[in-house]
Amino acid sequence: MTAFVLKRLAVGLLTLLAASLVVFFVLEVLPGDPARIMLGMNASPEALHALRTEMGLDRPVALRYLDWLFGMARGDFGRSYTYSSPVLALVAERLAVSLPLALMALALSTAIAIPVGIYAAARHGRPSDTLAMGLAQVGVAIPNFWFAMLLVYVFAVGLRLLPAGGFSGWGVGLDGLWQGVKALLLPAVSLALPQAAILARVTRSAMLEVLGEDYIRTARAKGLPRRKVLWRHGLRNAMIPVLTILGLQFAFLLAGTIIIENVFYLPGLGRLVFQAISQRDLIVVEGVVMLLVAAIVLINLLVDICYAVVDPRLRSSR
Amino acid sequence: MSLDSTFTPVPERHVLAKALANRSFLVGLVITGLVAAMALVSFFWTPYDITRLAVAERMQGLSLAHPFGTDHMGRDILSMIMIGARNSIAVAIVAVGIGMGLGVPLGALAAARGGWADEALMRVNDVVFAFPALLTAVMITAIFGPGAVNAIIAIGIFNVPVFARVARAGALSLWPREFVLAARAAGKGAVLITVEHILPNIASLLLVQGTIQFALGILAEAGLSYLGLGAQPPMPSWGRMLFDAQTRMAVAPHLALFPGLAIVITVLGLNLLGDGLRDVLDPRIRRER
Repeated sequence: MTAFVLKRLAVGLLTLLAASLVVFFVLEVLPGDPARIMLGMNASPEALHALRTEMGLDRPVALRYLDWLFGMARGDFGRSYTYSSPVLALVAERLAVSLPLALMALALSTAIAIPVGIYAAARHGRPSDTLAMGLAQVGVAIPNFWFAMLLVYVFAVGLRLLPAGGFSGWGVGLDGLWQGVKALLLPAVSLALPQAAILARVTRSAMLEVLGEDYIRTARAKGLPRRKVLWRHGLRNAMIPVLTILGLQFAFLLAGTIIIENVFYLPGLGRLVFQAISQRDLIVVEGVVMLLVAAIVLINLLVDICYAVVDPRLRSSR
Repeated sequence: MSLDSTFTPVPERHVLAKALANRSFLVGLVITGLVAAMALVSFFWTPYDITRLAVAERMQGLSLAHPFGTDHMGRDILSMIMIGARNSIAVAIVAVGIGMGLGVPLGALAAARGGWADEALMRVNDVVFAFPALLTAVMITAIFGPGAVNAIIAIGIFNVPVFARVARAGALSLWPREFVLAARAAGKGAVLITVEHILPNIASLLLVQGTIQFALGILAEAGLSYLGLGAQPPMPSWGRMLFDAQTRMAVAPHLALFPGLAIVITVLGLNLLGDGLRDVLDPRIRRER
């Protein structure tokens, strides 16, 4: 087991290293000198030179890459040119929006999808199964930003129940918390719908596979109620594919909210990167992308380890 | 949605009969056919000329003259959606083409050679999969300039490892089979065996995956266009139409309704087609479902 974890860890670190090379050198060959973009077109050559020296742009590329890499290893992601604050501080500030949003969406989608998937599997082939899976097919096909616009039209423009966009931060006390949740509710629902549709389909097919097993028949034969068999014996054994998709969806939600953040004008991680790209604030782009890649690698690693814990056969086969 | 690696090729004469009996396949085929026909017709005829702006007729509701209404510049929305279909289909098809063209040879090669080549390919795949796809596509188009071509590249790159993985898994399950062994015994090389025996037998897997990636490509293109990074005006695109509609939702919600429905119906049709194809072409999975 230790050997398995160490091997996966080493592969994860190599992946990160390769990703850092790609990110750094792709952004490095870009047209557009960050110093010139910061100072504007009319900057004097002296000022430009001074800023380039200050930002370290006059040094060889390989040295700058190593500096950046070892900085990140120490937890120093550099300073943003445009915000003049450390990249990590910016990320932390934006995560206060993106992380709760991702968690809300994930919780919503799980709460909808898993019961629907189990229910559909239990009623396999009947009209309610067909209906549930038909709705899931439609759910998968709906672009989340379009769904978001419809939600805004109904709940913000029409019923005036929820804000149409913007986020004023997590206030003080319960009321402040509620204001924050209210601002993130529509975005979370619009992110959750397509995810729930996918998750319900995966849960259903995993359950169907499990429900055909002998131990399910045994459990039923010894007189356990249907409901108990479904949840205790069925869901438990169907969890592996479900967990895989959940892991992937969480990773997607952290980075994939970029369009939804644009629909609702939310100051999240996606908007930070989007703005940083257009302002050529490369150190921010590089830092955020590396953190997201690290998050995805970590989630995959945890999912792999979960597999190995659940099913010892997987430890040697990879 | 991953496909299993072991499967049995179906004799061809059963396929058509089976396909016609599969509801998912039929509905998907009809929808996809209609969308494709709509895009083709738009080359010869649209109800209105969308290059002519008619400000006096802007943001009209639904009428006999304009079944889907007109947009903020007085252009007929039905005509815009018809021409927008071209863009969505073209971007998604070429992105799938890039994915297949690069991914399938890589995957087949990894399966044929094994050893370090296989290991290297899988590790490169890991790296690409570790990138958040949507965010990276946004980065690529934002950096190299917005437009349909860069959108195709940005979406296509993420299709490559998907097809490489499917091709590799399919090929790996075929290499130990008797007919491949026989070909090896006859002295055929790895490339010839791959072309003559492996590729024809994994074609159905690739077709199913291609349909799924096609649908995902349409969604991705809509997202990029919505952010202003896809096809540039005056070329209409469904995502861009939604962006233009957003600020006018309160006054004219129909501006957002129809382009959105166009995306949903197209993606739904392709997904149904993909599911149907999988049921028809892959009896093993069908039994389990």
